Amino acid sequence: MTDLVRMQVNGAAVEFDGDPRTRLLDVIRERLSLTGTKEGCGEGECGACAVLIDGEVVCSCLVPVFQVDGSDITTIESLAPPDALLPLQQTFVDAGGVQCGACTPGIVLTLHALFQREPRARRARVREALAGNLCRCTGYERILRAAEEHAARLRGDVS
Amino acid sequence: MTRAVRPTSLADALAALAEPSAVAIAGATDLMVGEGLAEAPAVVDVLRLPELLGIRRTDTCFDIGAATSFSRIRGDLGLCDMFPILGQAAATVGGWQIQNRATLGGNIANASPAGDSLPVLLALDAELVIAGSGGERVLAYRDFHVGYRQTALEPGELIVRVRMPVPSPGVQRFKKVGTRAAQAISKVVVAFAAESSAGTLTAVRVAAGSVAATPVRLTETEALLTGARPSAGLADRAAACASSEVTPIDDIRSTAAYRRHVIGRVVRRMTLSVAGG
Repeated sequence: MTDLVRMQVNGAAVEFDGDPRTRLLDVIRERLSLTGTKEGCGEGECGACAVLIDGEVVCSCLVPVFQVDGSDITTIESLAPPDALLPLQQTFVDAGGVQCGACTPGIVLTLHALFQREPRARRARVREALAGNLCRCTGYERILRAAEEHAARLRGDVS
Repeated sequence: MTRAVRPTSLADALAALAEPSAVAIAGATDLMVGEGLAEAPAVVDVLRLPELLGIRRTDTCFDIGAATSFSRIRGDLGLCDMFPILGQAAATVGGWQIQNRATLGGNIANASPAGDSLPVLLALDAELVIAGSGGERVLAYRDFHVGYRQTALEPGELIVRVRMPVPSPGVQRFKKVGTRAAQAISKVVVAFAAESSAGTLTAVRVAAGSVAATPVRLTETEALLTGARPSAGLADRAAACASSEVTPIDDIRSTAAYRRHVIGRVVRRMTLSVAGG
């Protein structure tokens, strides 16, 4: 029995027919060519493959695709229109929170999920939310600074 | 080709699990690493079973669905108020992305000696409600792990709920020691619970992970602490006792010698921290 897996990816209906244990990450990258979602470790340690399933941020390398039948998947591509950036993304550019960029989509999606729930999140909360996102370039400081600047704007502390 | 099913009732799930070698999966955060599901002829998703979801409070216990994620456990203020060490353990399971998927029942069934929540369940005298084709049974969690990655689950059985008895007022402590503060598998993980009357400890439970083939209660340390008044001398004796009664090994994450040393320090600090508490 190989039931078709039906899901919404970035608002579009998607069907998958294949091994039900196929990683959601592979469906997103290889079948749908949405390569903004990265593979880092493939073991749930690094967060580069983060996507939202029904609004919850998860590592797509650990999700067998059959478990998302009926779910809404959000990838980094859908946060902003093509050739545009969310304010959160622009803050990353301005603050130097991006170097090689492999971790950036996962980090931005994770912060997006955090600030949607907790617009007033402060640095300690941001650090906790990003504990599962590894960056080997920046030393995290500029990532945290970008997140703090964004949070300050959300709170209306700066213009 | 592997069959994969997503039942929506416990009865349907148990029927699917009756197939030999069928594997139940929840958050899959361990099973999807490496070749965990490569040989599975059938995979049964239990994340949608209403019988395995939700956290309920009764007069005598909190009843936690086995498919409850660690994020939900952390977010349940009533639960974490009653069992702060359960919330603390949930917060140390991987990062946020993992806590959103990984489940309490999965942590138990996966039966790693390093499972972060497992010493907490031992220290708090948890019970498991287990369902199989013959109906439900209740098993003291203490009797669940029978050997390295060996459990008391019979073929076709599924952990349905985890019952945490409401404790008398007392103290609870939790400590996980890993390579870094976040996102590490434990080198040593310790849970401590006790009641205290007139400065004397009673009902002492000390449990630890990553120091033996299974999560274990440190019964000799418990006996030493029970009926005693916390003091520096007692803390030192408890530390020595804990170090000697565990049976750790050298592995990729740590060494037996380090684990013996660290568990003694953790137990010592916990004993001192409950003095007068």
